[in-house]
Amino acid sequence: MKLITHNMLTSKCLKGVVTGYPLAIHATDVKINEVDFNPEFVTRIIPKLDWEVLWKAAQSIGHGEGLPQVIQPKYEEDSEFLKKAHRVLLEVEVEEGYLTCPESGRQFPITKGIPNMLLTEAEVQ
Amino acid sequence: MKLKTLEGHLGSISGFSKPKIQLEQYETPAHIAAVALYTIQTQYSSIEDKLVLDAGCGPGMLSVGAALLGAGTVVGVDIDDNAIEVLKDNIEDIELTNVDAVLCDFLSPNLLKWNNYFDTVLMNPPFGTKNNVGMDMKFLRMGLDLTSDSVFSLHKSSTRSHIQKKVKEWNAKGTVIAELKYNLPATYKFHKQQTRDIAVDLWRIHH
Repeated sequence: MKLITHNMLTSKCLKGVVTGYPLAIHATDVKINEVDFNPEFVTRIIPKLDWEVLWKAAQSIGHGEGLPQVIQPKYEEDSEFLKKAHRVLLEVEVEEGYLTCPESGRQFPITKGIPNMLLTEAEVQ
Repeated sequence: MKLKTLEGHLGSISGFSKPKIQLEQYETPAHIAAVALYTIQTQYSSIEDKLVLDAGCGPGMLSVGAALLGAGTVVGVDIDDNAIEVLKDNIEDIELTNVDAVLCDFLSPNLLKWNNYFDTVLMNPPFGTKNNVGMDMKFLRMGLDLTSDSVFSLHKSSTRSHIQKKVKEWNAKGTVIAELKYNLPATYKFHKQQTRDIAVDLWRIHH
């Protein structure tokens, strides 16, 4: 699971959960997969994200070094920043671990890089 | 990448290990996937450098194809753990690093936080027959909510007027951008013929 994917996942459909976001990450295995650097793509994705959630997620799995907590104005001209954002968003992958709903504590296992967000019927709103 | 090369790559990936009729799992043939993706890229520039969602990705025919055509990132989602595992194996075999996968029910509300987040949504949804009546329209509606641009989706040509009506109801725009022949091999026991040609439309639906 890449952090770009983590950034958009919620557990809001759980019964009784209001926001279900962000999901906490507990990672037991993290790997880096190189992806071609495409500054235009990264620049375009950044405003769509919840940056603070990305920053916290990166910190929580030990890959947040050098990543600013707040996006700077004119970030699109800062290629060092874009490279770091690229790495954290697209290259860092959680292979094993679990995600936790911030309200209910429900855990969603991550196995072989795939988060399992399936719910039982009884769990759904 | 040339169309023939794309089709060649897609022809070599693994399909469903255990197809499930309740999910209406039929493999997207490599030829259909290649022609559809090639059309989407060359006519609409909707794949290269784009953030792409493959809804109901199965073993990943469209995900892998979009990744090969240079998508920025592809996120494949499916409700079937066997299918997602095959997708994962496929992307590892071809050494693609721009594909991510999530095991989930695409139709569960709010699973993905933001509307209009993806540049492009691709789908070859369940046809909506057997016990799944209306499933194809639910997929389409959800896809439309999640894209800032277009959903590209494969549907039986026999459902064309129904889709036109729905698209109108949603105040969206939709056109059939290609007509294809889906050579459906006998996947399940109730199939009497070995293969059957089904006319399929590639739709582009957008806001």
